[in-house]
Amino acid sequence: MASVVLSEAEKLYIVHGVQEDLRVDGRGCEDYRCAEVETDVVSNTSGSARVKLGHTDILVGVKAEMGTPKLEKPDEGYLEFFVDCSANATPEFEGRGGEELGTEIANTLYRVFSSETSVDLKSLCINPREHCWVLYVDVLLLECGGNLFDAISIAVKAALFNTRIPKVRVLEDEEGSKEIELSDDPYDCIRLNVDDVPCIVTLSKIGYRHVVDATLQEEACCLASLLISVTSKGALTSMKKVGKGSLDPESIFEMMETGKRVGKSLHVALQKILDEEESLGTSRQKVGFLG
Amino acid sequence: MAAISMRLPVARKAVGPSAPRGGEKHLVAPGDTITTDTGYMRGHGTYVDEEKLIASVAGAVERVNKLVCVRALKTRYNGEVGDIVVGRITEVQQKRWKVETNSRLDSVLLLSSMNLPGGELRRRSAEDELAMRDYLQEGDLISAEVQSVFSDGAVSLHTRSLKYGKLGQGVLVQVSPSLVKRQKTHFHDLPCGASVILGNNGFIWIYPTPEQKDEEAGGFTTNLEPVPLSDREVISRLRNCVVALVTQKLMLFDTSILYCYEASLPHQIKDILKPEVMEEIVLETRQRLLDLEG
Repeated sequence: MASVVLSEAEKLYIVHGVQEDLRVDGRGCEDYRCAEVETDVVSNTSGSARVKLGHTDILVGVKAEMGTPKLEKPDEGYLEFFVDCSANATPEFEGRGGEELGTEIANTLYRVFSSETSVDLKSLCINPREHCWVLYVDVLLLECGGNLFDAISIAVKAALFNTRIPKVRVLEDEEGSKEIELSDDPYDCIRLNVDDVPCIVTLSKIGYRHVVDATLQEEACCLASLLISVTSKGALTSMKKVGKGSLDPESIFEMMETGKRVGKSLHVALQKILDEEESLGTSRQKVGFLG
Repeated sequence: MAAISMRLPVARKAVGPSAPRGGEKHLVAPGDTITTDTGYMRGHGTYVDEEKLIASVAGAVERVNKLVCVRALKTRYNGEVGDIVVGRITEVQQKRWKVETNSRLDSVLLLSSMNLPGGELRRRSAEDELAMRDYLQEGDLISAEVQSVFSDGAVSLHTRSLKYGKLGQGVLVQVSPSLVKRQKTHFHDLPCGASVILGNNGFIWIYPTPEQKDEEAGGFTTNLEPVPLSDREVISRLRNCVVALVTQKLMLFDTSILYCYEASLPHQIKDILKPEVMEEIVLETRQRLLDLEG
């Protein structure tokens, strides 16, 4: 993970500030930085989203391809995650430097989406045991400014909201062989229901308190963090502890409560912005990368 | 309670140029022809191609008699003798420290250029060499002055005055070196209750004003007491104001930071970083600065 070196006095200043609920940029312990969300930025994907959270910049593209269902779940489609830590983000990611972080993030995403209620996988099935939709979710890290997991999960949810899967019809021949027909109308597609897609909230323990949405400087002062994935209804789907420090069970409980509360407001804010973007329709001015 | 604000991105508006003072600046982009006159000598940021002088960086053209050079707008710090810099120690070597100052090469702080505690003047011994890490460790921040520039562009620093030395508690903001205005002094004690060091290399250090000037410490003992909440608010507000000025590409000097601070007082500290509030504050600051001049 990209990190900055800080002097002992700077770290002390940050820790004392968190104690008094006034972080370096004036935020409280439970405030997020200003986030910018835009969907449909990459034209050759089924769905895409770009999220900018402070200095963290994430681009997610979702491509829907046809494949065979997994043996143990013959009437469901599935999701595949791939995370690419681009060398644009920080020189540490040059060559194979970003691979470790990329696999860690991808594994976390698999875990977060492992719950059966997150995405309705049965709607992705075309022919049981033969054909299903596979959603390849590709995450690209453009800039590392702290709090990667939250930004990535917001971007994945926005991209899935934006995904349009073409409607298919299964035709049966006289011999019994099935043929799949794609509809001619490009606007004839199915959308995914993202109401239960969870978002990750990272809670970093600094001193005796915990903060949400840590910047790179705050991450350098934190010894342990808790990653929890929360749905819009406040249900926890997975939990992971990162960092070399230890956490008291009391603190874990407090952090979970904070995470659930913050997660619910995060979902509300995200859904509001996605609905607003949707309502603008074709009159929306696309900003993209050259804005 | 948790506050989360999400928004749709807005295309950046091109802000009209403020009234030109001292004539129009000749701005060029890489590849632009500066002149076809062959009588000029080419300086930094230019090259000759088919009898034309072409710019290799994006910036303003500067002409001194027969020398034409292009001063880039976004560049690494190029050291000049007498500049004040704020740097971070990256390595502790045999008789010197390597300091990161946002330049092309790490700057050098020789052990002989460093003040000893108590202000004593003597030859540095082997014991001093072994005790180097007690003075400055990797990650520490220092304020120093540029003593000389090596031929390869690396900068040699010195802290031979009691106002330089290790920095204690505070906040560092990194900006582009071209946005820091050259002034007589770079150490400012702002009337709002905090002090600021505007390093020429783009490192801005904001810290609580020390109560009494510890002359004999020479900048080595760091005050590790918690900073009171009122000072913290001032420092956070100043930090956000500096970020706002930098985002809108305004020059940083004590007056601009102070005006921006005063313009931001009606807003909450964390709201200053919202794009619309930032624009409003910087517009007001720019207006006040123009009134000050004209």
